[in-house]
Amino acid sequence: MMKSLKALFSSDYGMLGALLFLCVFFSLVTYEQQQPVGDMGAKILVEKIREKFSEPGSVLIMGKKGTDGKAFVNGLKRRLNTDGWEVKQDLTGGPPELSKALRNTFENNSSVDLLACEQFFARLPMLENLENTSSLGKKMLVMSPASYGWPNFLKTSNLLNVANQIAVIAILAIGMTLVIITAGIDLSVGSLIAFSAVFASWTIREWTGGTEASVLGIILGCLISLMACGGLGLFSGLMIACYGVPPFVASLGMMMIASGLAYMLSGGLSIYQLPESFDWLGRGDDLAGIPNAVVLMILLYFFAHLLMSRTTAGRYVYAVGGNSEAARLSGVPVKRILLCVYAASGTLAGLGGIVMASQFRSGDPKYGLMYELYVIAAVVVGGTSLSGGKGKVFGTLIGAFIIAVIQNGMNLTGVQSYTQKVVLGMVLLGAVLLDMLKKRGWRFSS
Amino acid sequence: MLRMKSIHKRFPGVHALKGVDFDLNSGECVALLGENGAGKSTIIKVLGGAIQPEEGIIQIDGKERRFSEPLESLEAGIAIIYQEFNLVPSLSAAENIFLGIEPSDFGWVREAEQNRRAMETFQRIGAEIQPATSCEKLTVAQKQLVEISKALVRDAKILVMDEPSAALTEKEVNQLYRVVEDLKRKGIGIIYVSHRLEEVQRLADRAVVMRDGERVAELTRKTMSKGKIIELMVGRSMASEFPVHIRKVGKVRLRAKKLKCGQRVKGVSLEIRAGEILALTGLVGAGRTETARLLFGADSLEEGEVELDGRKLDLCNPRKAIRSGICLLSEDRKEQGLILGLSVQENFGLPNLDRFSRSGWVNHKGERESFHGFVDKLQIKISNSSQLASQLSGGNQQKIVLAKWLERNAEILIFDEPTRGIDVGAKFEIYQWINQLADQGKGILMISSELPEVLGMSDRILVMKDGKVVGDVQNGSGTTQEKLMEMAIGEKISIS
Repeated sequence: MMKSLKALFSSDYGMLGALLFLCVFFSLVTYEQQQPVGDMGAKILVEKIREKFSEPGSVLIMGKKGTDGKAFVNGLKRRLNTDGWEVKQDLTGGPPELSKALRNTFENNSSVDLLACEQFFARLPMLENLENTSSLGKKMLVMSPASYGWPNFLKTSNLLNVANQIAVIAILAIGMTLVIITAGIDLSVGSLIAFSAVFASWTIREWTGGTEASVLGIILGCLISLMACGGLGLFSGLMIACYGVPPFVASLGMMMIASGLAYMLSGGLSIYQLPESFDWLGRGDDLAGIPNAVVLMILLYFFAHLLMSRTTAGRYVYAVGGNSEAARLSGVPVKRILLCVYAASGTLAGLGGIVMASQFRSGDPKYGLMYELYVIAAVVVGGTSLSGGKGKVFGTLIGAFIIAVIQNGMNLTGVQSYTQKVVLGMVLLGAVLLDMLKKRGWRFSS
Repeated sequence: MLRMKSIHKRFPGVHALKGVDFDLNSGECVALLGENGAGKSTIIKVLGGAIQPEEGIIQIDGKERRFSEPLESLEAGIAIIYQEFNLVPSLSAAENIFLGIEPSDFGWVREAEQNRRAMETFQRIGAEIQPATSCEKLTVAQKQLVEISKALVRDAKILVMDEPSAALTEKEVNQLYRVVEDLKRKGIGIIYVSHRLEEVQRLADRAVVMRDGERVAELTRKTMSKGKIIELMVGRSMASEFPVHIRKVGKVRLRAKKLKCGQRVKGVSLEIRAGEILALTGLVGAGRTETARLLFGADSLEEGEVELDGRKLDLCNPRKAIRSGICLLSEDRKEQGLILGLSVQENFGLPNLDRFSRSGWVNHKGERESFHGFVDKLQIKISNSSQLASQLSGGNQQKIVLAKWLERNAEILIFDEPTRGIDVGAKFEIYQWINQLADQGKGILMISSELPEVLGMSDRILVMKDGKVVGDVQNGSGTTQEKLMEMAIGEKISIS
């Protein structure tokens, strides 16, 4: 047992086990009876109706207000129509609308065989009476989709939510992974989010048309902002690689500079004069319902994985982190690698900032506060060693998801946000302790 | 007072101490002598608790002791003054002396008492240091005296000094001698490690000579002649330790003119010919490694120029040097030659990635095939190509380093202590490879402190001392270890 646990945690993606464990745990904890909604509910209900009725009849369809209700009503109507049912009336709304519709039906003396509605309505006392006291002698059945057991955590919407919420941190964590593999650290990424969001919004507002900006204008604004962030990252890299400033200090300075610049540009206010199409990256979901930000994140991770495992540049990054002097003596361009890594970290932070600006359709200098710490936590939990030379990009993705799953799971189970911080802190310490144990061959003292 | 009995210490691939005995009486100064790598520093580290021997016992005043960490050895009354001092630069002399044993009331340091007691100690050894001066402002000699005072305050009964005079001026050395003699009179036992034979003769009551991890002889004051000491230090049969070879020396390939860099290299010129093995020897600190690093672009030249095949080279970094066909197998494999946390194959590929990649993408297959070719050719013992470099023995590590430069097909190969920490069998293989490379017309520069190796392998020998080349000898029947040692030490000795 201990042996297999050790083996699991010793592998490159040792934290994958922990992530799976968390998912199973939160699935069990959040297991509940679920009300099918929307088109899904319609599908389930039609099956039920087909079992019950051999012949089609007339039906009244009732759904709740909102998109889900509408989808339910439309889905049901379409399916029942094809089966040959006569849809007397279909509507969405609350109990008053339903009772009005029923009264109309009775007053017109028209017969309705079935009331197909969402479960919410089926439980109303009004309908229970209705079933017993049918004025026409003919019974009107009330049917609603049956509930089923399913963990809240595992609902598609929730899982997509988890992915969407971690997207920004996960994108930043790619850059941070590279930096930490070179045995450095980049504290400026949180501030660069704010700077990038503000700078992109500001550029669009001032130069490329504000709310009227074209797609080209938006892209231009974002590109300028990305380049600026890359430039700031490059500047930190320059301090570190060429002047020997410790990474902690260099990026701490940059953290303050970037945050200050964001406040200067925005005047401390949020910039919201942006076109609606600016939402596309942050709120759109063009590919099979997966949010665009998540798609971007996944693409970036694949690219980063290829970069680190298949290219010379990736090999050099590991070499620099493993032993920069030995790498230099083997002909690795150490300074150039460090410059590139910090520039990449800056650019990715800028990209994270743009995703965030797009999610809120505004640029605010308060974005990204403390994000650098969550990003570092994701990298460390993902198994990258702070002493450099070791780490995997996908490990970081797992680390980011561990953090997101813990946060989401605790939200679902109603744990207070203060408590959540304590738990996240302990998870971070636990992950680092595991890493230490791994290095020392599972002995506790050095 | 101190007795060490049959101490054994093994490092991966090398048996560093092979049952060494050592004893020391109070008020006695014993010199510990030997070539580089003879095991002197290992035995000091054992005594200081920095490393633990596998076998053997250490007795102090008849009681058996075991030191699992430096603090325990210090508490047993053993103080070690390493060449690199253990002082906190920003603290004052007095604070350094009392670091960890401050006179205090409930955590408040009694500063006046601390300074007074530091002053007393300084007076005892005749040092003129103000206790409140911060250590970074002290000279090397003064720092050494602070270290000695530190030992005295801790009631050390045994003081170990590793090359104490190496960085001192003539005047400071004389003061050091006085302090040592004074300490002897006070009943403190002193172990004195040095290369300077004259000071050994002056200070030591006995001298213990070590070679290859063994204690080969003990000399008393009467039998302690320089000639005898050198003979014992180097005396080793050379038969069949080196592959026999006859070489054809060609034209000059690498020519370095008046290389200068700081205090360590002061105007070194040398020529490496095709097919020739040029040896560079001298004592530690003579500037050999520094010269090699200049040729490789690892340090930047202050003055001088380097030509390869008549073409002037721009050696601003190792990358350029490697591109122009120079490579260096550094003396410190673990810190400079290999990246221990990477796999052996990745280490092998690192300088050769331009060959194994197309527009930035690494061709893993090509790399692996080439690597396995060298694994077979050099008979490197690895379990698989993703094994970490840190898990190999010294000899196999050196072969990995050799493989990566062989793949590079460099024109000039600089071997810095190529066989340090390597067992005999692997040594022979590496010698064969060096010979083979010379046969291919490459230029070889071999840095070595081991004189038998120098004599056994090289065609021409340069001896360095204090950053300058002091001897240039063709290796022939007239060249002896004694002669080279004389040049390296810089004094005439008569062999008895």
